[in-house]
Amino acid sequence: MSNAVSALQGKSAVGFATVTEAGLQGMITLRGDLKSAKLKKAVKSAAGVDVPAARRITLKSGRGAGWMSPDELLILVPYAEARATVEALSKALADDHHLVADVSDARAMFRIKGDKADQVLAKLCPVDLKTLADGELRRTRAAQVAAALWQSDKGEFTLVSFRSVADYVFGALELSARSGSELSAS
Amino acid sequence: MLILDCPYCGVKAEETELQAGGEAHLKRYGPGSSDEEFDGYMFMRKNPKGVHFERWRHAYGCGKWFLAARCTATLEVFGTYPAQTSAPPADLQAKIKSKRPNWEGYK
Ligand SMILES: [Zn+2]
Repeated sequence: MSNAVSALQGKSAVGFATVTEAGLQGMITLRGDLKSAKLKKAVKSAAGVDVPAARRITLKSGRGAGWMSPDELLILVPYAEARATVEALSKALADDHHLVADVSDARAMFRIKGDKADQVLAKLCPVDLKTLADGELRRTRAAQVAAALWQSDKGEFTLVSFRSVADYVFGALELSARSGSELSAS
Repeated sequence: MLILDCPYCGVKAEETELQAGGEAHLKRYGPGSSDEEFDGYMFMRKNPKGVHFERWRHAYGCGKWFLAARCTATLEVFGTYPAQTSAPPADLQAKIKSKRPNWEGYK
């Protein structure tokens, strides 16, 4: 077994908000009929939560599921459990048209923390973050690359990108978070 | 700036989150068609100044293709709708007709 490392191994930068690469995170792409009872049951047992409504993410003690498109979920589990979760989902859905893929090592996750964390993202994403609902997962672009983001806590956002552009995303977030470049006092 | 509501995920998507896919509701001509038919399908586009039906992909979002009706002169968006249809929804056509009485239809 090789020693798994995340894209930027926890790299962090402090500005008016703190940007941190979140380290290893189990991430699984699940595609299929999100309305099927079998899939709902499989998700519940794999992620510990119900299939989320459109554009929502539900997390409960380190596991959860986010709605990515009408036929796609992002399942989040601890990194070490990703492989077993993929196997369990594949087994449960074996007779149905579906796709399960462990994308843990193909994605990077970032946390943006601080009272003005939303301003870091507002400068990079064409999203009105004031209208972002509680538990809303928003897929968009961060500067020039695809990203998915949600408010993971008060004053904290989580952003997921492709691993291949992790360095670019970190650079964009770090630049956007530099002290003195706040958009406003609030 | 163009803003289109994605009919699949409901996001109010800004132009840079979308990928343009050209004219919508083309009739495809493949093997067995005449040279004129294939030429028309391959190369001829309406490119109107006014009401236009287009394909768009929510590229930086849910990834789905959808269709949109808008005015190429004013950028007014009349509506968006899922791509699983061969004609614009009747209510959308009626709405366009009321706003652009001289519009001759989507065909
Ligand atoms: Zn969409």
